Amino acid sequence: MENNAFYVALSLLLNFDAALFQIVALSLQVSLLAVLIAAVLGFPLGAAVALWRFPGRGGMIVVLNALMGLPPVVAGLMVYLLLSRAGPLGEWGLLFTPGAMVLAQVVLVLPILAALSRQKVEELLGEYREQFVSLGMSRSRMMPTLLWDARFALLTILLAGFGRASAEVGAVMMVGGNIEGVTRVMTTSIVLETGKGNLPLALGLGIVLLALVMLINAGVYLVGELTRRRVG
Amino acid sequence: MTSFHVPHPASSILSPPPALCFDGVTFNHEEQVLLGPCSFSLEGTGPTLVMGPNGAGKSLLLRLAHGLLLPSQGQITWSSDRCPRQAMVFQQPVLLRRSAVANLVHALAVNNVPRRTRANLARDALERFGLTACSNKPARVLSGGEQQRLALARAWVLSPQVLFLDEPTSALDPAAIKAVEAAVREFHQRGTRIVMTTHDLHQARRLAGDVLFLSGGKVREHTPAEAFFNKPVSREAQAFIAGELVE
Repeated sequence: MENNAFYVALSLLLNFDAALFQIVALSLQVSLLAVLIAAVLGFPLGAAVALWRFPGRGGMIVVLNALMGLPPVVAGLMVYLLLSRAGPLGEWGLLFTPGAMVLAQVVLVLPILAALSRQKVEELLGEYREQFVSLGMSRSRMMPTLLWDARFALLTILLAGFGRASAEVGAVMMVGGNIEGVTRVMTTSIVLETGKGNLPLALGLGIVLLALVMLINAGVYLVGELTRRRVG
Repeated sequence: MTSFHVPHPASSILSPPPALCFDGVTFNHEEQVLLGPCSFSLEGTGPTLVMGPNGAGKSLLLRLAHGLLLPSQGQITWSSDRCPRQAMVFQQPVLLRRSAVANLVHALAVNNVPRRTRANLARDALERFGLTACSNKPARVLSGGEQQRLALARAWVLSPQVLFLDEPTSALDPAAIKAVEAAVREFHQRGTRIVMTTHDLHQARRLAGDVLFLSGGKVREHTPAEAFFNKPVSREAQAFIAGELVE
């Protein structure tokens, strides 16, 4: 029975295992904060690229699209170099703290949010442009209107970003270090337990992670559907 | 069009609309002349009905006049020093993905109408156009006729001196057409200068003060409605009124 992953997952949850809850809480904190920061920066960035014409715009779109596939370990390495003692931001002393993990995940999620919102906003702009010009709106005035009218699509894009953040292990492992009680999150402890040969625990953690992600997705979907039905 | 303050519609007696002047205007796309050269001046109170067969350049002319497109050659000027307040209603109403009333509030907001007056102005306009029951419904689930009336209400709250309408009834049933035409008359009575395209002769007879007739990208005739329908001068207009298929 102890070797059954579902049993392990269930008993971890039902026993309110303190270590597990700390890990889950940190995972959620890091990923949600990273997605929030990436959204605050990424959505206006995507909308700006959709709205303005400037030299190098095409190149920027290609780079943003390409960065959606940035390998987490590469993002981790970049942030590691940036934050290491000898690096430009070494003085901040962020390496091997949750702050470093948030930063690494922002690097991963930002291109997804910016690239996908750029696409959606551009599509909407095509539909609205004449009406906007007729209303005498400036480009900077169009931005909040477009972002608000794209809100349902942006919610889905936000979920894609959260999925990327909560699922990756390479970046948080490199800049967080998987320190027990400090920077250990779901994904890094799954790697650790697998390495130790504790497969039922690893699988149990995996099930908990999956259940959490599903729960959040279901919640957002529900909220989205209810408002959509109300607002159309 | 820069931002401006919109007076309260109930108290607004709009100043006489300025005349619109086209001087040798052409519009080209990829070396092809789609419109012009045309020179005319829209004076008086209208309503001006821009008529002609499909592809004659009616929509282009309206978009040039409203400033959505820039002419390739020639000049478009208003007789006033400043560009008059204008609005446009499109064939397919472009409505935001929010409630009917929020669409009006948005239009007021982007025109810097003080926040505290927006809700009242929006409510009055919805009532005027028979949309009170739809106030909180999502704009994009309204029927075609309701959507077009909402687009008219959005124009109404802005108290435009000039209103452009591009085939506003071409996708509507007779009841909805009647409502739109009644709205157009209301705008006219308030002193808004109407410039509207249509290819519906009956509609033009009902509404027109003067007619600007286009075919093949050229202005063939610009005469008072009476004269246009009874004694058209150009061969193209004669054929159009006689119901022949004009290109």
